[in-house]
Amino acid sequence: MSTATVAVAAQLQEKPVKSRLTRQRIRYAWLFVTPMLVVLALVAGWPLFRTIWFSFTDANLSDLQVAEFVGFDNYVYLLSDPEWWNAVWNTVKFAAISVTLETILGLGIALALDAHFRGRGLLRAAVLIPWAIPTVVSAQMWGWMFHDVFGVINHMLMALHLISKPIAWTASPDTALVAVIIVDVWKTTPFMALLLLAGLQMLPGECYESAKVDGIHPFKVFWKITLPLLKPALMVAVIFRVLDAMRIFDLIYVMSGNNKDTMSMSVYSRQQLVDFQDVGYGSAAATLLFLIIAAFTVVYLTLSRVGRED
Amino acid sequence: MGVVWKGMAALAVTVAASIGGAQAATISISCGAVGQELQLCTDGANAWAKATGNEIKIVSTPNSATERLALYQQILAAGSADIDVYQIDVIWPGTLANHMIDLSEYIDEETVGQHFKAIIDNNTVDDKLVAMPWYTDGGVLYYRKDLLEKYNKQPPTTWQELTDTAKEIQDGERAAGNDKMWGFVFQAKAYEGLTCDALEWVDSFGGGTIVDADGKITINNEKAAAALTMARGWIGTIAPEGVLNYTEEESRGVFQSGNAVFMRNWPYAWALGNAPDSTISGKIGVSALPKGGADGKPTGVLGGWQLAVSSYSENPEIAADLVKYLTSAEEQKRRAIQGSYNPTIEALYKDQEVLTAVPFFGSLYETFVNAVARPSKVTATKYNQASSEFFNAAHDVLSGKAEAPARLAELESKLDRLSRGGRW
Repeated sequence: MSTATVAVAAQLQEKPVKSRLTRQRIRYAWLFVTPMLVVLALVAGWPLFRTIWFSFTDANLSDLQVAEFVGFDNYVYLLSDPEWWNAVWNTVKFAAISVTLETILGLGIALALDAHFRGRGLLRAAVLIPWAIPTVVSAQMWGWMFHDVFGVINHMLMALHLISKPIAWTASPDTALVAVIIVDVWKTTPFMALLLLAGLQMLPGECYESAKVDGIHPFKVFWKITLPLLKPALMVAVIFRVLDAMRIFDLIYVMSGNNKDTMSMSVYSRQQLVDFQDVGYGSAAATLLFLIIAAFTVVYLTLSRVGRED
Repeated sequence: MGVVWKGMAALAVTVAASIGGAQAATISISCGAVGQELQLCTDGANAWAKATGNEIKIVSTPNSATERLALYQQILAAGSADIDVYQIDVIWPGTLANHMIDLSEYIDEETVGQHFKAIIDNNTVDDKLVAMPWYTDGGVLYYRKDLLEKYNKQPPTTWQELTDTAKEIQDGERAAGNDKMWGFVFQAKAYEGLTCDALEWVDSFGGGTIVDADGKITINNEKAAAALTMARGWIGTIAPEGVLNYTEEESRGVFQSGNAVFMRNWPYAWALGNAPDSTISGKIGVSALPKGGADGKPTGVLGGWQLAVSSYSENPEIAADLVKYLTSAEEQKRRAIQGSYNPTIEALYKDQEVLTAVPFFGSLYETFVNAVARPSKVTATKYNQASSEFFNAAHDVLSGKAEAPARLAELESKLDRLSRGGRW
């Protein structure tokens, strides 16, 4: 779609007076783009529109036909609900901590995998395994590993004398969110590493060669050459992860269900929509989540554009 | 022409084979999968299929009741015919009544009359028999007979006795080398199961049933607060902190691997705990849940599952016949003996074979009959929210995030807002 649109735009700029041929090509371009636009409107636009519409009604899951328009009531109630703010706060904590850890670890792994050594291809593939396992499966697996009575994590920590009695990882309010973050970091660091590795391989070799000739210390090379050059790739990777982390659902839901200590915005919306059948109110929560993520994207795009103009 | 004749002959055979003249069909039934539920359900449904010439499709569902209801509601809200027969919880008839057929049109009064009247009443919404009782449940206390004998203890009759006994045996066993030993396990994850457990504690202290029969919110009282404070005291002392994330099966895992003295669970755990591959086979005793204090009462929350036929089913008559078969005395007896599932037919509690397999069906008969019901009838469609508010409050107290009296006052105001002043 984008290629066709760009082609159309380019032609419009080049020739203000449209020839017959150009007009024909524009028509064809639209013809090719239309199916995609229709599909997008159906699978993305329509559900989004319906969710936003429901958020202004008192719709109930048992009978969606009798919904009445209630204006901003749902939003007013939502913003005054401490449980919603608890969910927002949990999500923000989760996103900030997990993405920071994933970025640092992912960068380290990417740098290691970028070096030349035997079996590099095999290692790169092996690193991706946690990312390849379906989240529900790995969440359940970690749930058992974190079990307070027969979990292997407690067993190992006790054997190493790091803890004196088992920790109830997923149950205790102090550690529940920590456990979720650990699993997310385990799962998503490979993804981060792969994105950054791709960025690293695009970097020009000349800078490194001249640095080598000048005998610059590797740490300085990292801070002065690698990091600045990698910044665009790093920013893309971070924004991807932040957007993903803001709508976290499966991992948290499998590991601790509707527990308020770990409830994210998505878990909150689902509980309202499905458990409580309150489609109107749940849609308001889902819409607000959508707006938060959209706002995030806009801020990021603006910032990155400003940065480029400098 | 030959093909057509063959086809018609086959059709005639099928029609003749099916009962009541209805055509053979594929009926899909949702079965729970807690313990050996799925196996028993599959066997029973297949036996019916074999006898009637119909086919069965088993749909297995999530273990957590909260999640199961959510799944059903999505399927039913879409008007889907994917599932014909639903296994529904004792608290759901009110919520799901609109989506289910009236079974009294297909099942005669005499058959219905064999079942406990209280459950039939519970399953009747606006004169419509929404579901047939399949098995009933009551929370019971499991204990390790061998350990109680070893320490010369009696099964506890009050929670205080339970706490003391659990502590003593737990400490003794740990000193003897089993450092994984705990005194008491139950269900305290933030889900419907915690509503059951916490309601039992509150009820045993005489603290009411959260909302009374008239819709008045009664939970904010001293007895309820005392009950929750007592339970808070167990966490980390006689109960592992992990119970805060346990459902039925996690607690059974700990108890059945020999790592707990007491367990609160439903009767299904009896058959599994006494199975040949169980480490504690033959070492289990069962009693009613203890009293809150000298003036409290032994308790147990009413549970149990029903079978209902979806009104979107393409073969309601055949589906109703399956329900009739599965809830029959014969099938309930098989389930009682093999899986220790409580029958809903009174006569089976006097059946010698049933009592030999599950002795406590006789000794705890009164507990099952007088089990305390969750306030699902009066709260109707808002039950899920009310229950969620209650289990969240209980979870907050258990995990030490709030003190019981203050949290119950907060719960009262939340329920008040939810019910618009108790009108529900």
